[in-house]
Amino acid sequence: MPFIPHTEAEVQEMLATIGADDIEALFDEIPAQLRCGTLELVRAQMSELEVSQLISARAHQDGQPSCFIGAGAYDHHIPAAVWQIATRGEFYSAYTPYQAEASQGTLQLLYEFQSMMTGLTAMDVSNASLYDGASALAEAVLMAVRANRKSKSRRVLVPRSLHPAYRRVAQNIVRNQDILLEELPYDAAGGHTDPESLERYRGEDITALVIAQPNFFGVLEEVDILTDWAEANGALSIGVVNPLALSILNPPGSWGANGVDICCGEGQPLGIPLSSGGPYFGFLCCRKTLVRQMPGRIIGRTRDLDGKVGYTLTLQAREQHIRRSKATSNICTNQGLMVTAATIHMALLGAEGLARIAARCHTNSRELEERLRAVGDVRPLFDRPRFHEQVITLPVTAKQVLLELADDNLLAGYDLSRDYPELQNAILVCATEKRTHEEMDAYAAALARVLSRRGEVTRQPQTERMVKS
Amino acid sequence: MTLIYEASRAGRRATAQAPSSRDDCGGIPERFLRDTQARLPEVSELQAVRHYTRLSRKNFSIDTEFYPLGSCTMKYNPRASNTLAMLPEFLARHPEAPASRSQGYLACLYDLQQILKAVTGMRGVSLTPTAGAQGEFAGVAMIKAYHEARGDQGRTEILVPDAAHGTNPASAVMCGYRIREITTGSDGDVDIEALRSVLGPQTAGIMLTNPSTVGVFDRGIETIARMVHDAGGLLYYDGANLNAILGKVRPGDMGFDVIHMNLHKTFSTPHGGGGPGAGPVGVSDRLLPYLPVPMVARDGDGYRWLTEEDCPQSIGRLHAFAGNAGVLLRAYVYALMLGREGMPRVAEFSALNANYLLKRLQAAGFEAAYPERRATHEFILTLRRQAKSLQVNTMDFAKRLLDYGVHAPTTYFPLLVPECLLIEPTETEDMETLDGFVAAMVSIQREAEEDPDLVRGAPHTMSVKRLDDVRAARELDLAWKGNG
Amino acid sequence: MSNIPSELKYAKSHEWVRDEGDGTVVVGITDHAQEQLGDLVFVELPEVGSLLNAGGECAVVESVKAASDIYSPMSGEVVAVNAALEEAPETVNEDAYGDGWLFKLKLSDLGEADELLDAEAYGAQIEAEEH
Repeated sequence: MPFIPHTEAEVQEMLATIGADDIEALFDEIPAQLRCGTLELVRAQMSELEVSQLISARAHQDGQPSCFIGAGAYDHHIPAAVWQIATRGEFYSAYTPYQAEASQGTLQLLYEFQSMMTGLTAMDVSNASLYDGASALAEAVLMAVRANRKSKSRRVLVPRSLHPAYRRVAQNIVRNQDILLEELPYDAAGGHTDPESLERYRGEDITALVIAQPNFFGVLEEVDILTDWAEANGALSIGVVNPLALSILNPPGSWGANGVDICCGEGQPLGIPLSSGGPYFGFLCCRKTLVRQMPGRIIGRTRDLDGKVGYTLTLQAREQHIRRSKATSNICTNQGLMVTAATIHMALLGAEGLARIAARCHTNSRELEERLRAVGDVRPLFDRPRFHEQVITLPVTAKQVLLELADDNLLAGYDLSRDYPELQNAILVCATEKRTHEEMDAYAAALARVLSRRGEVTRQPQTERMVKS
Repeated sequence: MTLIYEASRAGRRATAQAPSSRDDCGGIPERFLRDTQARLPEVSELQAVRHYTRLSRKNFSIDTEFYPLGSCTMKYNPRASNTLAMLPEFLARHPEAPASRSQGYLACLYDLQQILKAVTGMRGVSLTPTAGAQGEFAGVAMIKAYHEARGDQGRTEILVPDAAHGTNPASAVMCGYRIREITTGSDGDVDIEALRSVLGPQTAGIMLTNPSTVGVFDRGIETIARMVHDAGGLLYYDGANLNAILGKVRPGDMGFDVIHMNLHKTFSTPHGGGGPGAGPVGVSDRLLPYLPVPMVARDGDGYRWLTEEDCPQSIGRLHAFAGNAGVLLRAYVYALMLGREGMPRVAEFSALNANYLLKRLQAAGFEAAYPERRATHEFILTLRRQAKSLQVNTMDFAKRLLDYGVHAPTTYFPLLVPECLLIEPTETEDMETLDGFVAAMVSIQREAEEDPDLVRGAPHTMSVKRLDDVRAARELDLAWKGNG
Repeated sequence: MSNIPSELKYAKSHEWVRDEGDGTVVVGITDHAQEQLGDLVFVELPEVGSLLNAGGECAVVESVKAASDIYSPMSGEVVAVNAALEEAPETVNEDAYGDGWLFKLKLSDLGEADELLDAEAYGAQIEAEEH
């Protein structure tokens, strides 16, 4: 019986104490006709060794291809200390710090996390995390709708250059609350949200404007102009940011004249492995005046009976366990263990370490671009400055090329045609600090091979908007 | 303990962790760059390691203490789950890797879907919700999609027992529903007459936890299911207490249409200081088309993702990728180690431990909230007598337990039982530990009678004493802003 | 026993009403209500100019462990709010019937005053709730 410590003698003694003949008697309040038999579809129990052999074989089967995909999940180096400490049992197997006095480790760490996130974003306050970047955006939208009491329209402008999965998730989560997410087009040449495109909304009742930096295409947006536009038009501004990029990019708290009202994003670049997309963590920061509209756990610093500094969950009256149907969100726990890792990661790297990694990602992605251009008929699609991702166009449809490169142990990029039908030949590529020159050379060589093979089969005409250099 | 910021010295770094110089970001115009350095601590690698190792020692955890936190299922988290979920290939797998390079991983997810279907008696499972509350949202959203697809627009209410977790009403409101509370009878079961009086053409569904949050199995569940279905509503199963019935009785057989499971409870993935969890949802036939995507399908010998294109009526995606994969892998490893023999043992021994602990505490003079009922995997004590006669309340007992090296049970939940402790020992605790808990409670009772201030002032042995929650909320200090 | 001034009127939901004699009333929460809630940490007030219906939710008072909706005892327009409570919510604990007032209403239906409880009836209600 895995993980059950009872000896037969103890079982008998416990049953005698209870006054039950056997363990089955403990289930006598369940109507007999509801009871299920043996779970035939579940396989027989396996030992740790047998499970290890099965799972290791499956992991090995997938291998570790060279990764040039980003698209919201980035392959960064994680210091060895991060997960060795995060998986200590005292962090790993603790629960939400309801008993503050017995949870000061987690609570102080979360307070340090909140401090670090406000440091990176230049915002007043941070919560203790949400599920992921996409649901954090949904929560930010709901929060903006609650907070912007002057606006009655519940209309939120969302750029099409924002991560397509974030747009879908936000839509799926807010759709039952009469909130309208309206898409802002991206500029065909720059890949950014042209501030001019907002002019048609001037004077209308807009509840909030979402601004991504960098956007899904890796392109840098004119965040100052967009933030000021929101403020001038009575809309709250919501920044969606890559926290690693904020070590070098202007933080949302400093955008425009007065900074954004809310910012959120995906915390994965801060020490969280790719691990198939999760668990990651979402973060959410805001102006101090909006803190009571914030969803999720928040930690505060206070004093104990003796006047000693300590940490505790605070502002709990916003939350579902107290406010029930009137809570700011249904969210209960956060992503505690991920935040533990991210906090240790940020402490180890510091601002300068993060900035060096961010800068290396930027230069690596430029180097990759150079190598890919040299392949011929491969060029960047957008002409704007970018962080560490780039849209490139191929002379042929991307999907098959990517599959063939995957067979070469190379994840060459993200096929944009899935979400942007107008970008049939375009892929989104990323080169983090981990990608070596050898890997980039190998990528270029493999791409050249595949293209020349395919070029003999078919050649698709390029659409006009794609040629702009 | 000092903050990591207070240990910071300008210019200090863990130099091994970043490139030896900062590259020039010449491709990025000045206006996009930050002009001040982000306020982060500057410490050495040893400082960081020592700081966070020391912080970890200020936590209670399952690995170090008995943690009978009711409704949270704080059982042993097998280390094998962690080791195998953190195999290098799994950690390095990009979520957008094509299925052709992901067959091993997809096979694990597919198997887990099948196991969860089998143990819940549901027809389909989606693994993507990242937490119990997100599973609840998904479940209610599917109920809504079902009624809408049938053109049944008048169903605007979700019924929720007054004892339910706060997430239930909060999730239903996020889906645009109004909440109607139903009362719990004095025996702990749903009051059937109260239910009858609120059912009607406006009823979209009911959200139930069974065993319920008061720690008993609702004996009227078949009647409830029939009544709700007859009224045209659907039944939602909150899987918070699935541990109590694993392998013994299945929500699908009770008549539920949709369930979320808390894998961090029943399938023993770590709670991690408050997440990450995973809240997969399972559904009956009628809700199959609405399951959230992505899911994994078997195609001949291989596996592939099911997305919006395959499931046009799906409520869609709730996560940027495919949910908390690392948590799902841990649950899968645990499920394999349990196997079909181990599943019912979970329910059996969690019930054995809970009923034994209840009987021993009752024998020691503590008052059960539902003395006529069998405990399930958890039970409720009420300390209203102590609160009234000794002015020592549940919070005092809870804090004093910490001094005895036991994490406090859940306090003041559910709201309808005054001065309550919700106690869930779980199946992985041994008899000595349970006996130790009884001894601690008896000892605290004696202290409450002889030296009540000792209990009221507890804890005395933690790194801090009782904290000033009022100050924390009035003088908000949510981030370190520098010295002075 | 909590303090229930005889010159005020009361709603069942534990708000008090003071008639200013000029078609306006001042509204707060009773001493009993603040005692039940414990130390208040936040008060959310209605906006000046907003129109309230008798029995409608119009404000929220929060303690550390509870949040409680305030229902407007009468219908009317909010003409003033006690903005000092934003910085000092504890005033409601310290002086529920005085400096801890919440908002002032210009009444739209004077007849609604008949629906309210007097001090004696409110006292009896509290008594009944405690048993």
